[in-house]
Amino acid sequence: MSKSSKKKQVKPTLDYEKIIDTPEFKNLVKRKKAFSTPYIIFFFVAFFTLPILTGYTNILEARAIGSMTWTWVYSLLMFVMVWLFTSIYMNKAKSFDRDVEEIVKKNVLK
Amino acid sequence: MDNIISILIFVAVIGLTLGITYWAAKQTATASDFYTAGGSLTGWQNGMAIAGDYLSAASFLGIAGAISLNGFDGFYYSIGWLTAYLVVLFLIAEPLRNLGKFTMADMIGARFGAKKVRGAAALNTITIVLFYMLAQLVGAGALIKLLLGIDYWISVLIVGVMMTIYVLFGGMTATSWVQIVKAILLMIGTIVISFLVLLKFNFNFIGMFDAMRTATPHGEAFLHSGIIYKDPIGLISVLIALVLGTAGLPHILMRFFTVKDAKTARSSVIYAVWIIGIFYVLTIFLGFGAAKFVGVDAIIAENAAGNMAAPMLAGVLGGAALESFVAAVAFATILAVVAGLVLSGASAIAHDIYAEIIKKGKVTEKQQVRAARFAAIGVAVFSIILALGAEKLNVAFLVSLAFCIAASANVPTILLTIYWKKFNTTGAVASMLTGLIVALVLVALSPSVINPVEGAAFFVGEPIFPYANPAIISVPAGFLAAIIGTLVSSKRHEADEVSYAEVKFKAETGYRES
Repeated sequence: MSKSSKKKQVKPTLDYEKIIDTPEFKNLVKRKKAFSTPYIIFFFVAFFTLPILTGYTNILEARAIGSMTWTWVYSLLMFVMVWLFTSIYMNKAKSFDRDVEEIVKKNVLK
Repeated sequence: MDNIISILIFVAVIGLTLGITYWAAKQTATASDFYTAGGSLTGWQNGMAIAGDYLSAASFLGIAGAISLNGFDGFYYSIGWLTAYLVVLFLIAEPLRNLGKFTMADMIGARFGAKKVRGAAALNTITIVLFYMLAQLVGAGALIKLLLGIDYWISVLIVGVMMTIYVLFGGMTATSWVQIVKAILLMIGTIVISFLVLLKFNFNFIGMFDAMRTATPHGEAFLHSGIIYKDPIGLISVLIALVLGTAGLPHILMRFFTVKDAKTARSSVIYAVWIIGIFYVLTIFLGFGAAKFVGVDAIIAENAAGNMAAPMLAGVLGGAALESFVAAVAFATILAVVAGLVLSGASAIAHDIYAEIIKKGKVTEKQQVRAARFAAIGVAVFSIILALGAEKLNVAFLVSLAFCIAASANVPTILLTIYWKKFNTTGAVASMLTGLIVALVLVALSPSVINPVEGAAFFVGEPIFPYANPAIISVPAGFLAAIIGTLVSSKRHEADEVSYAEVKFKAETGYRES
């Protein structure tokens, strides 16, 4: 739908202010935030810790396994982290889908 | 003889993709078909297409070369470009799908109706698309020239004509399937080379690292960070652009509109992350293998930036047939990416600027599709002309510039549109323009443009800004402009703004009035 046709509708079809104020919706947003925030902080911190360690220290240059240094171990763990977090997200998101369905059913399809 | 195999494989790639386009053209009637394949793709299809859209020549040829020449420093690209998908998945993919229709600007326009907001978003899209496309076309020209001995300008024209045909006739359906086929070819090629590299190392992954300690002139340093990135701030700046830029690339964001809902958008990210992740792990084998079995001198002799490392490695390990196949894979890689770029550039011009801003949304289906086709030709012709005059331009510089602009000019506005209640029209426009201008100006003052080494950049001299990639300044500038712009104008309320309550509800639930 285009912007201009939306503007012509004098009244919105739903009272959005009221819906986002319902306990169900607030709870959904809160649960999503509580789930995502730690992961987001973790992956940003883990990601930028790598250049800080390689740039300012030599500790990752020590050998971990054979000639493979900790730099490589850390980097490969980043890959594991990405795959792990996407799987966790996928599983968790299903529970949010159910809440969303209920909220839409309750507030929109009366 | 070698040349005949190469030409045959190239012709096969061209034939296959034209066949796809012919089939796709028959199902492309409406604007929604043209821009988003009617939202008909499944999760795995779109996941493969995202991988095909994303893994450009910079990933395949660029990273393999960078690792072979600079060791671990080349691998930063692999890590950054993969981790970027966590930003996309956790913060952007679902609300984007829920709010948008055809383009990134649609999603921002779902909250801010003002023409200037959509105009700024379209301007950013076109800028990013042009830089990114120029990189791919220049890379393609050099690649085909090396492989088939065809002149640079003819090579650019071949790629340019192909991408135009896909988009013009087959729209998003053809583009998506070309990208899916390319993702499959790229994975086969990469897995085969990696297998052969491992075979040479007797399947001893750790032993490979032992061998690399003495395989290059860098010695032990090959396995450490710091051959290129001697300054940690410069490194962090590059990594900011890599990890945030993906979430602001218009041709990647557009892919999320090709599926029916947020759930499918989410599942397509999962497929994409597995394919892209496996590919980036395998870049270790490509890079190490090339350094060890082709040799740094031979790689540099062919191309100073190392772009030919992967095809050369294929030649050493699997003979002329494998080298030709890998060259064709590289060709398909570039075709799939430039098709996605043409489409997203065309959508910004035809949908955002023509249909929404000039015609205020009052266009018929037929006019929309026709405008999109004209825009596709326009974008293609313009970028071919630019590419013809840019043979000597450094490809990696253009790609990193595109990522930096995406991270600085688009990402702040996308995130704040979804998550910040106070964010307003002035903040959005200020952020998009500040991010764009700061990124462009700082790059113009950087060592990529002004370099003391003669021939390394456009001008000889001391760079005014020290870092090749300015994301560490330009990304915060984009966010800061958003906040300042919003706060200084908070008293005014633009009539075109949709209430945050509505945006929030729609972003979370995917509900639409219609």
